Amino acid sequence: MATLDPETIHDVEGVPVHSIHRHDVVIVGAGLAAMRAAVEASKDCDVAVVSKVFPTRSHSGAAQGGIAAALANEEEDHWEWHMFDTVKGSDYLGDQDAIEILVKEAPVVVREYEHMGAPFSRTADGRIAQRMFGGHTKNFGKGGAILRACYAADRTGHVLLHTLYENCIKNGVRFYPEFYALGLIVRDNVCHGVVAWDVVNGGVHVFHAKATMFGTGGHARVFRIASISLSSTGDGPSMVMRAGLPLEDMEFLQFHPTGLYIHGILVSEAARGEGGYLINDAGERFMKKYAPEKMELAPRDVTSRAIQTEIDQGRGIGGKDFVHLDLRHLGKEKIMTLLPQIHELAWKFIHVDCVKDPIPIQPTAHYSMGGIPTDNDCRVLGDGKSKPVVGFYAAGECACVSVHGANRLGTNSLLEASLFGRRAGKAIVRFLREEPVFPELPVDAAKAAIAEIDSILASAGSEKTGAIRAEMQNRMTADCAVFRNATSLRKLAEDMKALRERYNRIRIDDKSREFNMDLIDALELGRMLDIVEVMVAGAIAREESRGAHSRTDFSKRDDAKWLKHTLAWKKDGKITFDYRPVVITRFQPKERTY
Amino acid sequence: MAGYETEKKTITFRIQRYNTGGKGHERYWQEYTVEAVKGQSVLDCLNEIRWSQDGSLTFRRSCRSGICGSCAMTINSVNRLACETQVMTLGTDTITVQPLRGFRVIKDLAVDIDPIAEKLLAVKPYLITKTPPPSDQERLQSQADRAKLDGLYECILCGSCTSSCPSFWADEEYLGPHAFLKAYRFIADSRDEGAREHFEALDDKHGLWRCHTIFNCVEACPKSLNPTKAIAALKRELVKGRIG
Repeated sequence: MATLDPETIHDVEGVPVHSIHRHDVVIVGAGLAAMRAAVEASKDCDVAVVSKVFPTRSHSGAAQGGIAAALANEEEDHWEWHMFDTVKGSDYLGDQDAIEILVKEAPVVVREYEHMGAPFSRTADGRIAQRMFGGHTKNFGKGGAILRACYAADRTGHVLLHTLYENCIKNGVRFYPEFYALGLIVRDNVCHGVVAWDVVNGGVHVFHAKATMFGTGGHARVFRIASISLSSTGDGPSMVMRAGLPLEDMEFLQFHPTGLYIHGILVSEAARGEGGYLINDAGERFMKKYAPEKMELAPRDVTSRAIQTEIDQGRGIGGKDFVHLDLRHLGKEKIMTLLPQIHELAWKFIHVDCVKDPIPIQPTAHYSMGGIPTDNDCRVLGDGKSKPVVGFYAAGECACVSVHGANRLGTNSLLEASLFGRRAGKAIVRFLREEPVFPELPVDAAKAAIAEIDSILASAGSEKTGAIRAEMQNRMTADCAVFRNATSLRKLAEDMKALRERYNRIRIDDKSREFNMDLIDALELGRMLDIVEVMVAGAIAREESRGAHSRTDFSKRDDAKWLKHTLAWKKDGKITFDYRPVVITRFQPKERTY
Repeated sequence: MAGYETEKKTITFRIQRYNTGGKGHERYWQEYTVEAVKGQSVLDCLNEIRWSQDGSLTFRRSCRSGICGSCAMTINSVNRLACETQVMTLGTDTITVQPLRGFRVIKDLAVDIDPIAEKLLAVKPYLITKTPPPSDQERLQSQADRAKLDGLYECILCGSCTSSCPSFWADEEYLGPHAFLKAYRFIADSRDEGAREHFEALDDKHGLWRCHTIFNCVEACPKSLNPTKAIAALKRELVKGRIG
């Protein structure tokens, strides 16, 4: 590696020298994508991980059911089958070259986790155990559900996240926990690093890097009913948008069928993979009307629409906005061995013992299919199509490569985050072997970030961030969720614009610099408003129904007009669009039934 | 789930605070009133206080589904995760909330968690192997061997156990139950070949022998894990000299 040339040490206005950190690689985020990249790159170079939460508190840890790979440990399976399911699941919007990489490399990625120490559940002959999951089938959809999801009870995300943290420790990765990234430093298509806020002590820091990577996670927190953490606020995509770069397919947001009623907390699809039923007020397994073959194991977009339709037509339990997930017939032993966390969550959060009673569930905002456009080596595309930003990478939920297209299959997210995180790490190592020097830091690198912090700390308006956030989340859940239409979306866009104006007149109570969560709340809200703007605009523009984006006024998929990826920029205060064709190699679009 | 969303109760939150904006460098108590509904968690109420009453009230939060460990705090004198503690089940009209004991308070309910990570490092918290893994397949592990990890691998590093431990209060260099639990998670793993390395820091005056089997950690663990049992097993292994 090239050593630092002292001549490249430059002042950054407003940032003390001891708050400028230099590392070959700076990774923002500490979930599976970020830490898998860190494990990979730290074999060869100096890696720092900058994260707004302590690494093991990243939201990947909440994933429950499994990670997909055609290991064929339990029954015959092939990467081609996995590929077909992923393409069909994506409603044909996934790029098939990227999907082919995903399914072919999946077994290697899962076995490497085992080698690193992950405590997977085991088959009788000691191999990694696998279970069924929605949309994963045998023989190109012609067979039944397949055992493909590799799991560790229903704590798969937890064990993978901790395994990566442990291996980062082993490799000497430098962690900067509780640093909130404020902005990306990009000049003339070269990335120089990021500016971040030290949450614990207060203060703006600059992380100067030859290669910068985002693994910042999703943004479903813009909804009121959401499975995702309070920290999943789209900070990465927002920073990218503010740097004048495009975002891809932001209108596609997955609603998980089984969120615990009221809270929206995740109840894993593993519950249905192990045989759970969905039941309406009349006591019927209503999935027979919507997916007669696959029933409860239909993909998430189909199942969420089915549940929402039952609720909207008055067949929720007692006419309320939830249906039942019934596990009772599985028996206590199976539930406690294979689904212990679900039992714990249902008991702790809603006092339902799922051995004895059905669990009340509702669709919940879950996963962001759209995000930062990248190529298959995770290089961020400055034009959204072919031109990488030098030294800038992204992977996982914040990115859009795109393997999930319009709808992600369960267990493909842990796979995508891990696999493309690993690819990002490898690509970064290759890039560093070309011996790039530290790009010269612009003197005004932290200017916008400092201005933002100062203006929030000095804010003296009359609006509360809590009220604005609640309004945004309520409206998004009401008008931009499972079903959407032009009239409500247009009204929503107008109202969100008004919320942005209110946001400009906020006042925070805490004016201190140390551990100021009032400030963090305000920063996160500002970023969520960015996400909402581009998501709603994309949802208005896309006049068709595909995957998770379901328009009641355009209820059919329209391949002639819309078999393409949305690219969106914010320019002069307005969202502008361009489009990119979908990569189709093996599977031509067909009608999608389950 | 009878009464969810409809059953209401006025709850007084008595919160121990510490911040430069408050009363200099002294801890003080502040009370807030929340109209809580059945099903609401302590974290929901703290959020409500910060979002609509007092933005300066500081605490950590993230997953709010009991898996990230951010919101561990002392609620009615017991260490718990605020997100999975239902206000109604506590059965009191006043709920007392304090930062985790034994750690330096940074601000209000946020404590310095650096010791949690630092002590973990001492036990080499990763699978140590000498034999290379088989190529193109996983290492085999029987279901019985895998079952030995149950009750060990689920730790979320929330710090509740170490915060409750009198040995840790008395000796800040004491490794703490969370580090022992992690060490045993690897030592008990049939694939691990580094027992001696994991044990290095344990056989020390700040290590295993300072555990006096008080069981506070067992009571404090929100995931119902049993660090004391792991410590007993580690002591047994050491005495047996199996790793010597």
